[in-house]
Amino acid sequence: MYKYDRFDQEIVDARVDEFRDQTRRRIAGELSEDQFKPLRLKNGLYLQLHAYMLRVAVPYGMMSGRQLRMLGHIARTYSRDYGHFTTRQNMQFHWIKLEQAPDILAELATVEMHAIQTSGESIRNISSDHFAGAAADEIADPRPWAELIRQWTTFHPEFSYFPRKFKIALTASDNDRVAALSHDIALKLVPGPDGEIGFCVHVGGGMGRTPFIAKLVRPYLPPQHLLSYIAAIMRVWNRYGRRDNIHKARIKILVHDLGAEEFTRQVEEEWQLMLPTEPPFPQAELDRIAVQFAPPPFETGLADTIDPAAAADPAFARWLTHNVHAHRQPGYAIVTVSLKPPGGIPGDITADQLELLADLAERYAFDELRSTHAQNVVLPHVRKADLHALWQALDAAGLATANVDLVSDIIVCPGLDYCSLANARSIPVAQKIADRFADYDRQKDLGELKIKISGCINACGHHHVGHIGILGVDRKGTENYQLLLGGSGAEDAALAKITGPGFDEDGVVDAVERTIERYRQLRTEGERFLDTYRRVGFEPFKEAIYG
Amino acid sequence: MDNLLRFRDDEPHEEPAVTLDAFLEQSDATAVRLEAGEDARLLIPHFGRLALVEVSFPRFRDGRGYSSARILREAGYTGELRAEGDVLVDQLLFMRRCGFDSFAPAQPLDLDVVKASLERYPNVYQTAADRSVPVWNLRHG
Repeated sequence: MYKYDRFDQEIVDARVDEFRDQTRRRIAGELSEDQFKPLRLKNGLYLQLHAYMLRVAVPYGMMSGRQLRMLGHIARTYSRDYGHFTTRQNMQFHWIKLEQAPDILAELATVEMHAIQTSGESIRNISSDHFAGAAADEIADPRPWAELIRQWTTFHPEFSYFPRKFKIALTASDNDRVAALSHDIALKLVPGPDGEIGFCVHVGGGMGRTPFIAKLVRPYLPPQHLLSYIAAIMRVWNRYGRRDNIHKARIKILVHDLGAEEFTRQVEEEWQLMLPTEPPFPQAELDRIAVQFAPPPFETGLADTIDPAAAADPAFARWLTHNVHAHRQPGYAIVTVSLKPPGGIPGDITADQLELLADLAERYAFDELRSTHAQNVVLPHVRKADLHALWQALDAAGLATANVDLVSDIIVCPGLDYCSLANARSIPVAQKIADRFADYDRQKDLGELKIKISGCINACGHHHVGHIGILGVDRKGTENYQLLLGGSGAEDAALAKITGPGFDEDGVVDAVERTIERYRQLRTEGERFLDTYRRVGFEPFKEAIYG
Repeated sequence: MDNLLRFRDDEPHEEPAVTLDAFLEQSDATAVRLEAGEDARLLIPHFGRLALVEVSFPRFRDGRGYSSARILREAGYTGELRAEGDVLVDQLLFMRRCGFDSFAPAQPLDLDVVKASLERYPNVYQTAADRSVPVWNLRHG
């Protein structure tokens, strides 16, 4: 895992000092709220319905036990004993007091963490594959590149007052686990014509009220040009993106309005102009970073099996089926800790649970943890021989729900329970759906089924790319829910389609159930919901939903 | 111009800045005002007679002027580059890094806060239009 050197630490420490000064000037009235707002947002501090919310960056989702323990400490000291994992792999704390925010940042800085650019019209935290370095299907480790991008995008002087937010995702596998094509830039590590590994570049994806799948801009970019090419993309948008309408400001609108071909032409032209004065990063720097992502000291010669006596326990066996994934190293496995227990709030985690996960990561997983865009936590390197003991410890803390990628593993935004932008509550809808399908055998029978719920058009809950999406809207003062079908945030990315008139809270849960029952009637053996939908189309489902 | 803050040793340029259209039409103009949406590259053929470029910031959240500054400096412009308008102390460091070397803020800036803001960060992560050496060069000599 990447360790700060003194340069990194000095920059983060300076940020704490700067934000403390900005907060002081705001409280003293030297800064207006209009002037302060973009500054606090660039530091992840939102004013929500009841209090401030602080979003802490978890670059490409990587954390150590020490960092998790600090997050637990912050939850306990400054919030209400819990934190919340977001769909950008970050952690946010509600109930924050403005005057304490600088102290929280100072505490975070002691464990090499910060809240830089987790909000505002800036380059956001870069997201990447939560199985990086462990997955058998990646062609290279994306994390050194992600860290290089993290540093280069931190306090970028030209690109800090963009038309709107800007999100980059990086993958290295044909299996997209980060919803890459819903990002402003999607980078994928691919082999080039000479065998060298470079980047395939897509631009202009996004959610919000006008969702788009990112469009191909360059099939292959030689790796040494990564940063200058990103700079060219961002400069074209910074100059020509719309600033007259916040809803049309994202790069996806520019790409759509110009067309992918013309946008690409402008980027390539800008890039050629920039190249002579944009020095490439030193290879030695990439090498320095890459060393820090070397594989942990795996034991060799381990049996690549799980103790059959333990696996006879049906609860453990279920967890093995859904929450344990293949690792590239024989004798090891990847574990996903579900933060979607029955009756819980998706993505929420208590201070006690954070501390327990820190202990378990140190004991069983080479002190590594990952947050996922699906709001779960991954222990990436666990010996198969330790899986049963790990499961027992997780189970005792309510962290062993066996439902990864099943119908109750729902992505959901905070909604009207917290968020000042929301039109409707989203958490209770998720809870009711999870409750409706609580029976394990029913969930297992349905297989992979990704439900995603947003409490407003901003789509933080990724409803556009849910196999089943739910969008909460305000209809004449009452909460109303639209149902969408057929989206995907994976490598087969697609936008979901709205079924028709909306429902009230219980009505949308019933509509989800009717949708799923129709799927059960229509599916062929082993066919996922999404594949059935794609095969039979929209109408049979619409008929089932509206009769 | 009471609020003018300069980081240059030469004397302030006396001629008033004219609009981009006027500058391109008048072959003897030496100072130009660039609005946020205007293309800085149109000035490149005229650097020889250009002593002052004033880049307008209609709102401090409008970041187009940062790219205008980078483009001018990348193309070799060495004259005065002035940020004018809604220029606030918390944006000054990035403006300096993009190549601005003079500032005409609509409201006066507290010079102590200016100094603290410009000196706060000991290191930077990128090459820009200033002389700051990015940490990747410091790390590898």
